[in-house]
Amino acid sequence: MNTPMDTPNTASTSGAGTALDARLRVDRPAFSLDLTLAAAPGEVIALLGPNGAGKSTALRALAGLLPLTGGHLRLDDRLLEDPDQRLHTPAEERPVGVVFQDYLLFPHLSALDNVAFGPRCQGLPKRAARAEAATWLERMGLADHASVRPGRLSGGQAQRVALARALAVRPRLLLLDEPLAALDARTRLDVRAQLRRHLTEFEAVAVLVTHDPLDAMVLADRLVVIEDGHEVQSGSPAEVARRPRTDYIARLVGLNLYQGRAEGTRVVLPDGLAIATVEELSGPAFVAFPPSAVTLYRERPQSSARNLWQAEVTGLDLHGDRVRAELAGDLPMAADLTPAAVAELGLAPGAAVWASVKATQTHAYPA
Amino acid sequence: MSTRTTATRRLAVATAAALVLGLGVTACGSDGGKSTGSASGASASSGTSDGGVPKATGDITVFAAASLKETFTDLGKKFEATNPGTKVKFNFGGSSSLATSINSGAPADVFAAASPATMKTVTDAGGANGEPKTFVRNTLTIAVPKGNPKHIAGLKDLTGSGVKVALCAKEVPCGAAAQTALKAAGLDLTPVTLEQDVKGALTKVELGEVDASLVYRTDVRSDAAKIDGVDFPEADKAVNDYPIAALAKAPNKDGAAAFVAYVRSPEAAQVLTAAGFQTP
Amino acid sequence: MRNRTTGRDRRGTNGGSAPALPRRRQGAHRIPVTLLLPALLGLAFLILPLVGLLVRAPWSGLSEQLTSTAVWDALRLSLISATAATAVSLVLGVPLAWLLARTELPGRRVVRALVTLPLVLPPVVGGVALLLVLGRRGIVGSWLDSAFGITLPFTTTGVVIAEAFVAMPFLVISVEGALRAADPRYEEAAATLGASRLTAFRRVTLPMIAPGIAAGAVLAWARALGEFGATITFAGNFPGRTQTMPLAVYLAMESDPQAAIALSLVLLVVSVAVLVGLRDRWMSTP
Repeated sequence: MNTPMDTPNTASTSGAGTALDARLRVDRPAFSLDLTLAAAPGEVIALLGPNGAGKSTALRALAGLLPLTGGHLRLDDRLLEDPDQRLHTPAEERPVGVVFQDYLLFPHLSALDNVAFGPRCQGLPKRAARAEAATWLERMGLADHASVRPGRLSGGQAQRVALARALAVRPRLLLLDEPLAALDARTRLDVRAQLRRHLTEFEAVAVLVTHDPLDAMVLADRLVVIEDGHEVQSGSPAEVARRPRTDYIARLVGLNLYQGRAEGTRVVLPDGLAIATVEELSGPAFVAFPPSAVTLYRERPQSSARNLWQAEVTGLDLHGDRVRAELAGDLPMAADLTPAAVAELGLAPGAAVWASVKATQTHAYPA
Repeated sequence: MSTRTTATRRLAVATAAALVLGLGVTACGSDGGKSTGSASGASASSGTSDGGVPKATGDITVFAAASLKETFTDLGKKFEATNPGTKVKFNFGGSSSLATSINSGAPADVFAAASPATMKTVTDAGGANGEPKTFVRNTLTIAVPKGNPKHIAGLKDLTGSGVKVALCAKEVPCGAAAQTALKAAGLDLTPVTLEQDVKGALTKVELGEVDASLVYRTDVRSDAAKIDGVDFPEADKAVNDYPIAALAKAPNKDGAAAFVAYVRSPEAAQVLTAAGFQTP
Repeated sequence: MRNRTTGRDRRGTNGGSAPALPRRRQGAHRIPVTLLLPALLGLAFLILPLVGLLVRAPWSGLSEQLTSTAVWDALRLSLISATAATAVSLVLGVPLAWLLARTELPGRRVVRALVTLPLVLPPVVGGVALLLVLGRRGIVGSWLDSAFGITLPFTTTGVVIAEAFVAMPFLVISVEGALRAADPRYEEAAATLGASRLTAFRRVTLPMIAPGIAAGAVLAWARALGEFGATITFAGNFPGRTQTMPLAVYLAMESDPQAAIALSLVLLVVSVAVLVGLRDRWMSTP
């Protein structure tokens, strides 16, 4: 289902508490980014979006590694970049720390010297910089690994060294590019929890880029979802998850999403199909329900459910202990079943089924 | 901006000039490798013809010192004209490397060296057919840039403090001759460089890097456009003999003998003296 | 739901330069004959001429050759000037390689072609070209002479210049290759940590491409040590001042081939010793 992308007017954190105030415009022949970001001190923002949406471009622009073609960037009331005024503060002069996706730890330096690199560049004598670095490593629980070269660190350890290195320059803006993407599933859980703790302690603004909604929701105070270089939705993780505004977000958070026009306790879709809901609304609206709310039958059920549609199974996938069935028909949707139910119903791609959803399990909200 | 472009243009011109000049320099030293054997097994009538000189046919391969390039090329053509059916092929190069090639079995018929010493390495190895004969002599002269800007008049002027001189290294014939001449003059001369061959010494004068060098008269003659020669009396003490010999392993023995005889003929002597050589 | 194959999932912790990768011992794989045969042939082709030198060396007269001070003068001069030429190549060549690899220099292709030109230029021509520029009548040389009284031809400095001219391209090419193989994002990482471009180059890039620089320096040194044509043309030949080993060998060849072989052996032994020593020191440590 396609949804129009009218950017909502989230008059986000502005005014006295704004530490980051940016409008990032980068125009390239095949791609253009236009993104407004604002954040209060201590806030963690996650830029969420599919590959190629412009997340990394935005991050590089914030870091000063990519010049803006328009807009501005202000951090703690200091104007760092404004193409109109021909102002571009180079990366090395910005109070910004970056944790790169694959960390980019200097392979020829020990963990300690990697962390001490920033303080030394800021003019600290070698001894003082190393002492500083040592405290950061200790804070990360890596005091024992200070003398180890990056090549001998595990993925999780390397991630923490990278974080320590970025924090050691005492940045006013911390940027994290897919901070957990390089980790395997097990370490990911641990590192995510630790990262969350460090980000909570961090007093300035942090912006992290991810395509993983779980990372975004666990780590960020606010999500900014971008597609094709533009913001499509922003808000708290709970808001975004409950009320996705695009197909992409709905799929990310695992919801079936439709847009239509609300008429009382039903939403009529453009093709005339209606979905029964419990919320009383009128005007343009979204309806969402989770795949687990869908019940499948081979025969038309003798049920009172008002939401009952014919469909065809087009795919079956095992997700954890559930089977996700993709359904095509008047109302395309995803449905979650137990493997036992799949066997009992004799489901296979091509099978004709009836799908029903209880109105109480849908969620309608204004578009 | 404009100064930069002119500088670049000048550099380009200089580089082009360097290429031209440099090719000239390398060509002198790297003429080797053309040692095609004289494939004519037809050593003709084994008898001798009227004049006692064997009748020559087929290919004749001549290894000759680099300083003989112009004269021998000329002589080769004349020889071919008077001896129909012959073809003279030359390999010009440093005498010593030619001698090394001959001693290593290169298929040559005649060897003309720039010094008796190099010829001796061939005769010592039993490579010559009979005694080598001196066919020309070369004497040293002082090569100076055209117009003689430093007004060099004799050997003694070369020892002046402001004069940069290039000599040949004593290992090569022109260097040995220079040492002899200087000794005869009782002069102690410190050159700025000891060149590996006479062309090297000449190039340094041509480019103006040195004010003078001791080279052969024939070399000055062949480069008359840019170089002047200043003769000096002590040159007579350091005459360089050029010996020629037919080779023992010559594929074309009659041809070899005929060419050696021709080089020693009065007709050839004319060509050689015109180039600045003296005949014995 | 979670899509973890990002495609950009590069693990860069080993650095971009290949020599920094952990050494893996090759398993006892069978070597294909189609590779082995030409490889052995190539090895023989390179080694046999050296064996020839060894076999024909005048071993009995060797000690006599080696007691001559001229030999040691030439050897000393060769080592000093080759090392100095390598140093010059490093100081000028590494920044040049960086410029070629990391900047959008206008006409970079042309510049790169020009840099490699000394590789294809016959060294003698290179020597003449140097004379035309730096010689007494040269474009720059005449000015050096009149303004500072400096003349470069026929001096040891001239030897160093001639050798550097011929050897530097080897260094530039090898360092540029190493720079291209190295991930430029490390320089970006350094910038975000407050490092200026120069600091990033000095403290991050340079150490990471050290093996490439070392390899280039060794190549340049070896090339400089064997240099003949440009040296004799530009700097001339004078014992103790500009006569390097190759010049001494060439001239010995004119009068005494046996002595030439002996001199070549000395040069060979010394260079092998130096190269093996360097390899152990520089190349094996990651």
